[in-house]
Amino acid sequence: MSDWPLYEVFVRSKHGLNHKHVGSVHAADAQMAIENARDLYTRRNEGVSLWVVPSNAITASAPDEKEPLFDPSQDKVYRHPTFYKLPAEVDNM
Amino acid sequence: MYAQLVDTGTTGVKSLQEMSAEERAFQEKIDAEIKIEAKNWMPEAYRRTLIRQISQHAHSEIVGMLPEGNWVTRAPTFKRKLQLMAKIQDEAGHGLYLYSAMETLGADRDDEIERLHRGEVKYSSIFNYPTLNWADMGTIGWLVDGAAIVNQVALQRTSYGPYSRAMIRICKEESFHQRQGYEILLTMMREGTDEQKAMVQDSINRFWWPSLMMFGPHDSDSPHTGQSMAWKIKRHTNDELRQRFIDQTIPQLEFLGCTVPDPDLKWNEARGHYDFGEIQWEEFYQVLKGNGPCNRERLRTRKNALDEGAWVREAAMVYAKKQQQKQQQNAA
Ligand SMILES: [Fe+2]
Ligand SMILES: [Fe+2]
Repeated sequence: MSDWPLYEVFVRSKHGLNHKHVGSVHAADAQMAIENARDLYTRRNEGVSLWVVPSNAITASAPDEKEPLFDPSQDKVYRHPTFYKLPAEVDNM
Repeated sequence: MYAQLVDTGTTGVKSLQEMSAEERAFQEKIDAEIKIEAKNWMPEAYRRTLIRQISQHAHSEIVGMLPEGNWVTRAPTFKRKLQLMAKIQDEAGHGLYLYSAMETLGADRDDEIERLHRGEVKYSSIFNYPTLNWADMGTIGWLVDGAAIVNQVALQRTSYGPYSRAMIRICKEESFHQRQGYEILLTMMREGTDEQKAMVQDSINRFWWPSLMMFGPHDSDSPHTGQSMAWKIKRHTNDELRQRFIDQTIPQLEFLGCTVPDPDLKWNEARGHYDFGEIQWEEFYQVLKGNGPCNRERLRTRKNALDEGAWVREAAMVYAKKQQQKQQQNAA
């Protein structure tokens, strides 16, 4: 069915949680993608809400840019609570 | 297994010293149990082998619906019919999760399905056997899905992320398949007539050896196991998994009050495992080559389904385009 476009499927498993990527479906249009995703990914109450997104609309970060993208956060230890040493009396803060 | 005799296109396993820098980084990631994702660099042979393995696995799920589909209209009660349909629908789902994982590797679903129909790629040998009586629905759920579970539980830890995630989903659903199958047999054995009990035994007699063949040839005849295990797209050898399956199945068989057609089967106290007789490998290779009892019929059925659905897929696409045009006109 590659002549039907590919959609990525996201399921919200419970109220209050984020939508999470679960896989993909082929469908003629977005409405059919929702219906196919329902049949494929939520046969046992796995979800309360579905998103479908045309796969070619997704821009992903490139794996070889992993270092320039994510490394800068590594040397900012002062962003973590454990960086700040407090006396035992008030350390449960 | 669902993917038997997967060719890795390699001879022997390279040592870390023989690898290029990229290959070494890749292998070290795998050794550290870090999952490989679609956009990560991977050796071409890893990618090709995985496409082959996942597509075989997907085709098996899809073709695997046919032997059971044979009994939907003849299920003994409405309840059994609903259960069987739910089980078969799950198998369709398994096929689709796997095709979707395969597509992340850059393979095209249509192409792979066409290759199946041209007989260029395989699916599990087990689905080339006919389903002759109602007890076969029980035996398939219990033995065939049972064997699949042993294999798929191990594959949840496979190195390729999308494949591993598909396996985790599939394993969650398989337990229902096996239990509904066993319950069919148990009901027939406990409440059935002598004739119905004989059907159960007949069914086990026919499916026992083919179920053991699902795990593929002996380790000594599996030249690609070494590479597949180094890549962690296979986590245990064929013989290990087959033994595990036999060990867990025999107590269930005894509980049913049935036997298997193997005079050599007996508990080996020293090994802590069951011993069993030699598998007829000639039959296995014949079935894999296309000469099993139902190979031709299975492929013909799949091909017809695809051909006869062509106009529906085309019409849906034309309809979707029209709807889109209408929306654009209304917006303008
Ligand atoms: Fe399955
Ligand atoms: Fe199953």
